Amino acid sequence: MSTVTETTARSAEKFRVTRSRRNVAWTGAGALVVVVVLALFPYLVYSGTTSTMVQAFIVLTLACMWNLLAGYAGLVSVGQQAFVGLGAYFVLILALNGVSPFAALPLSAIFSGVVAFPLWWLVSRLRSGYFAIATWVLAATIMLVIERFSALGSGTGLPMPGLSGFSSTLLNADTYWVGLAVTVAALATTYLVMRGRLGLVLTAIRDDEVAARSSGARVGLTRMIVFVIAGIGCGAAGGLLAISLLGVQPNAVFSIQWTAEMAFAVIIGGIGTIEGPILGTAVYMVLQQELARYNAWYLIIFGLVAIVVALFARRGLWGLVDEYAHIRLFPVGYWLWTSGEERRGLLRRRGGRAG
Amino acid sequence: MVWVNDIIQGILTGGLYALFACGLSLMFGVMKVVNLAHGDLAVVAGYIAVGIITVTHVPVLWSFAIVVPIMAVLGYVLQRTMIQAALDRSVLTTLMVTFGLSVVIEAGLLQFFTANSRGLGVGNAIITSSFSIGSQITIAYLLLMIFGAAVVVLLGLQYFLSRSKYGRLIRAVADDKEAAQLCGVDYRHVFGVAAAIAFGTVALAGIAYGMYSQLAPTIGTDTILLFAFAAVVIGGLGSLWGTLLGGVVLGVAQQIGAQINISDEVLAGYIVFLAVLVIRPQGLTARRARS
Repeated sequence: MSTVTETTARSAEKFRVTRSRRNVAWTGAGALVVVVVLALFPYLVYSGTTSTMVQAFIVLTLACMWNLLAGYAGLVSVGQQAFVGLGAYFVLILALNGVSPFAALPLSAIFSGVVAFPLWWLVSRLRSGYFAIATWVLAATIMLVIERFSALGSGTGLPMPGLSGFSSTLLNADTYWVGLAVTVAALATTYLVMRGRLGLVLTAIRDDEVAARSSGARVGLTRMIVFVIAGIGCGAAGGLLAISLLGVQPNAVFSIQWTAEMAFAVIIGGIGTIEGPILGTAVYMVLQQELARYNAWYLIIFGLVAIVVALFARRGLWGLVDEYAHIRLFPVGYWLWTSGEERRGLLRRRGGRAG
Repeated sequence: MVWVNDIIQGILTGGLYALFACGLSLMFGVMKVVNLAHGDLAVVAGYIAVGIITVTHVPVLWSFAIVVPIMAVLGYVLQRTMIQAALDRSVLTTLMVTFGLSVVIEAGLLQFFTANSRGLGVGNAIITSSFSIGSQITIAYLLLMIFGAAVVVLLGLQYFLSRSKYGRLIRAVADDKEAAQLCGVDYRHVFGVAAAIAFGTVALAGIAYGMYSQLAPTIGTDTILLFAFAAVVIGGLGSLWGTLLGGVVLGVAQQIGAQINISDEVLAGYIVFLAVLVIRPQGLTARRARS
């Protein structure tokens, strides 16, 4: 009896639980500085650089969404290009009806999220591998349906109306800022989701689905929410793509290449970590810029690296960083501090089991 | 009469789709691996056949005898190395790895063979000739042969799995690989053999498609993988007979779709697939839903 009281008293005095080992305020301030600097880019660099950055924003947004799906919810979707295409076409449809493409972007992201509900109803009947191919079939079906509408340019697509009023410099800068906003929103959403109750359930599903289920986690509902969030995110990225390409082509926006890029970026960067997609996107952009002259080679090398990482370094590049440096840019777990700031044990979510 | 022709053509093309689906179904049934590179490997087999025919000038039908063993060996090796390594980690890893493989193969084919399509056995009398019943129905010998091959392969595989000694071993490993291992079975080797059989059928499917239509780097996923998958789901997971039925239903749906509007051929097949998914997710033949 006395022992218990003693322990409780001791823990009240000497134990402390925080979100992160280091002070989060510094990371937050750092992130703010990075965003501000990035926002100033159109004034500082050539438009070629900002166009490349827009490409990076698209891949990073997609990677964040795929990470939520595959890294946490255990849903390996290879049909996310469905939402990229839908987002692009929703922007086109709204623009054809006189809405400015930039104003249409948030709306089209929401529409993509709405479409995700019936699609989830269809594909959630199948598990793991068959779920994966079912999403692929859905993406192909949606493309075939959209190609039937001649008002949307059938199989060849249409240029984006409503952009002719912009000067090319302004258009580049606006696209860049919208892209930055979409990416920051995607990262912030991931971070907030993972900090909250939903994130707790998702982490439990990632680590052990059966255990999560038996502890009362509503796995099906959680997966649906993640699928819809990913639909919104990929839709926004698709809209951004349509604006940056100044038009929509069904084969380009519904290409499996989008899913390949988002999946490889996540796997290489570190699946099941928030920081991973950022690192993976950086690797992707470097490869893509260096090897763009050699046609499909960048995709071949990117894919091979992803296979090797998936097999031999399952926590990806960020896993290696984390292992040696214990850095968390986005702390979502908890640290347990014992007396004298001496770390005896830690209660943080390990990123170990990716799937 | 037009409709009768559509249905006959649909049934015969369904044989080709069942041949696509056979390897996918087998690998899922035994190893619980959904091989997302399935279609691209079939295309690789087709390109190997093109290469062999160009170099050695063997008759097109003989290419089967060379390519099927090559692909079977490749299947065994791939299973024992990459796929087994992924399986040892998790099911999600197998999906990521085979998806990576699929993208790499497709990009590689595009890089080395360009996007141009290639036919197999163009100008060969048996492959291009056909016979007519009445004035409306024309049946190509090739389609009839492919359908026959599909029936023989699926029937043979069903018989092999349910009756032969090695088939029993494969089923035992599929049911419980740890228990089989306790009885002295090297389940990794059995997985390898099952993969070799699956890849053999993949080779058949790839070459058959090359003779029926044209090979191109992108058809591995656009056509072969997605049609194979649709056939498997329509027919019911884990049943080889169901797969044949699923292929036939898909083929007939596509022919009827093409009759209504020529550009709706593929879409009609997918709509039937989605309808089956909604109404009968366990497929047409399966008695119970598999989880």
